Amino acid sequence: MKNKRSLFAVPYIIWMALFVVIPIVIMLVYSLSVAGDGEDLSASLENYTGMVLYASVFGRSFWLAFIATVICLLIGYPVAYMMSREGPGFQRVAMALIMLPMWMNFLLRTYSWMAILENNGLLNQLFQKLGIIALYNRLTGSDIQYFQMIRTPGAVVLGMVYNYLPFMILPIYTVLTKLDAKLIEAAEDLGANSAQVFARVTLPLSLSGIISGVTMVFVPSVSTFAISRLLGGGTQMMLGDLIENQFLGGAYNPHLGAAISMVMMVIVVVCMVIMRHFGDGDEEAMML
Amino acid sequence: MAGSRGPLTDFKILFSGAALPLRCEKRGRIMSKELIRLKDVSMSFDGETVLDNLNIYFNDKEFLTLLGPSGCGKTTTLRIIGGFQRPTSGDVFFDGARINDVPPHLRQVNTVFQKYALFPHLNVYDNVAFGLRIPKWAGGGTDISAKREKVKLSKGEIDHRVREMLEIVSLKGFEHRSVTSLSGGQQQRVAIARALVNRPKVLLLDEPLGALDMRLRKDMQQELKRIQQQMEITFIYVTHDQEEALAMSDTVVVMNEGKIQQIGTPEDIYNEPKNAFVADFIGESNIVDGIMREDRVVEIFSRRFACLDSGFAKDEPVDVVIRPEDVDIVSEAEGQLRGVVTAVTFKGVHYDTIVDFYGFKWLIQTTDFCPVGSHIGIKIDPDGIHVMRKSKYSGMFGDYSSYSEEYDEINEEEAGKEDEE
Repeated sequence: MKNKRSLFAVPYIIWMALFVVIPIVIMLVYSLSVAGDGEDLSASLENYTGMVLYASVFGRSFWLAFIATVICLLIGYPVAYMMSREGPGFQRVAMALIMLPMWMNFLLRTYSWMAILENNGLLNQLFQKLGIIALYNRLTGSDIQYFQMIRTPGAVVLGMVYNYLPFMILPIYTVLTKLDAKLIEAAEDLGANSAQVFARVTLPLSLSGIISGVTMVFVPSVSTFAISRLLGGGTQMMLGDLIENQFLGGAYNPHLGAAISMVMMVIVVVCMVIMRHFGDGDEEAMML
Repeated sequence: MAGSRGPLTDFKILFSGAALPLRCEKRGRIMSKELIRLKDVSMSFDGETVLDNLNIYFNDKEFLTLLGPSGCGKTTTLRIIGGFQRPTSGDVFFDGARINDVPPHLRQVNTVFQKYALFPHLNVYDNVAFGLRIPKWAGGGTDISAKREKVKLSKGEIDHRVREMLEIVSLKGFEHRSVTSLSGGQQQRVAIARALVNRPKVLLLDEPLGALDMRLRKDMQQELKRIQQQMEITFIYVTHDQEEALAMSDTVVVMNEGKIQQIGTPEDIYNEPKNAFVADFIGESNIVDGIMREDRVVEIFSRRFACLDSGFAKDEPVDVVIRPEDVDIVSEAEGQLRGVVTAVTFKGVHYDTIVDFYGFKWLIQTTDFCPVGSHIGIKIDPDGIHVMRKSKYSGMFGDYSSYSEEYDEINEEEAGKEDEE
């Protein structure tokens, strides 16, 4: 230890070892073995080799998380940009509005979306009342009673965007408020119009915020199981559901669950490393 | 620097337009084409007046300094010229065209910002190339209504100009260094190169040397002057440092409380201050009440002194400026005024000697050491006396009664204040 103060880090190091490193090692051991006779484990790679069966789940998870992340970025960046440009009063109110839903339970919020998107939910009732469904039937010659919204990939993406959008806005907002206004003026002074100022100064300098935002949205989106179960209604199985099923559900097979978790972790880490290189490295750490 | 007052008193201001020789010694204001004019410009923030009906013009190829204490409006003036602020009222003209509504990116001026404002995500080369990589309207100018082609410089042209400019600011070989790894002086040079590479007609400099240490400042002052002469463009320089202003400028504009106090060459400003504020702000001054008895005779402490000033009413009360270095110490019997030394500070080249004359304390800079308590006489030559009309600043400056605190504190205060504006 270099100095006495680093002693304060010891509890955290112990904590990390107990609840991060050791569990990962246990997972690794589990993933490389299958249940043998009785209590014994026997080493095997079949958990990994058999994973090809679940390629579609992997594909769906990463695809939906990717779409949700892109949408969060497209919505979140302009919001963060606008907020950072407004007066302190507006910023406080906007911040409160963004944080407010996060004070409510995550499941409760997702259940509320179920009530809204249900076939006889709030939205469909509204469409009914407004005659939009009748209009749609007349125009297309179909005969539907409701729009199918729940149990679609769209509903899952909506749930992700709704739940994780604040995690995109906040880091970008933080970086943008710290951006020196003189740099903007300097760019204007050198002949850049507002679009050029944005492309050549504001955007590159807010990249670190974008990277942390993308990480904080993408990682939980890939591994979610509540959102896909509640809003996907079982038709949109994602990695989180698959893993949960191996540990707690009917398909009980912790070895396979552990292997899937390991693979997912590796893919996520690879994605993040690529992102980090894209963002030129030296920005603040964004690994969760 | 003896306060010699030449016959050039009336030579100082307001020539315009005439095609006279470019550089007319180191005397009157540089006379070339007028480039920028502020007409009746006023500026207020939240009801607080920052600029009060400013009228000023800037000539081509002139090194003009806006000088004043913090809050005097000098930076605001610069920002109005740069286009970052719009005056509350009044007009800004560039080359005869009104440019109030022209945004900064379409103006033919470039700025060196106070803390450089270099782009941290770009290296030295890319910082300097920033302006060149943006397509510009052909032929410059601020007229955006005309449908003109935008000109994009070729890579080779950009490269050539960037390297040439880095050489001018002595930063050859630094192309690929990160700007954050540079020293203050080097960052300063990058900022200057980044602005000048666009070949602006006017370079605006906002306290560019404020963050540098004393030594580097002196070097950079000469460097800036050299660059300005080499590039032959207009520099508008903002500072609160009077020495800097005197050393570098062709023309100095002294400002206070949003108003121009005086415009003139450094010599004019120092030797012929218009009021007590200017006299006090530029260098050290003893400012005493006097009465103009007749042309070229002023009465101080009931004694008549010969001076060079005329044109005042008979018996008009005036402010009299006597620079500390223009006072000769003589024996008590020979003196025009007699006083007692109350403090002496050794300053290297000279002694700062505080002398009490009839209850009014003067600062005298002399190479003769006079111990505290000694009775001395002084003589002032006619050209050491400068007479000013009474102004609202009369009686506010120029008394060294509270010498030791005031003299040093003001300097420190100024140094500390520079960031606030």
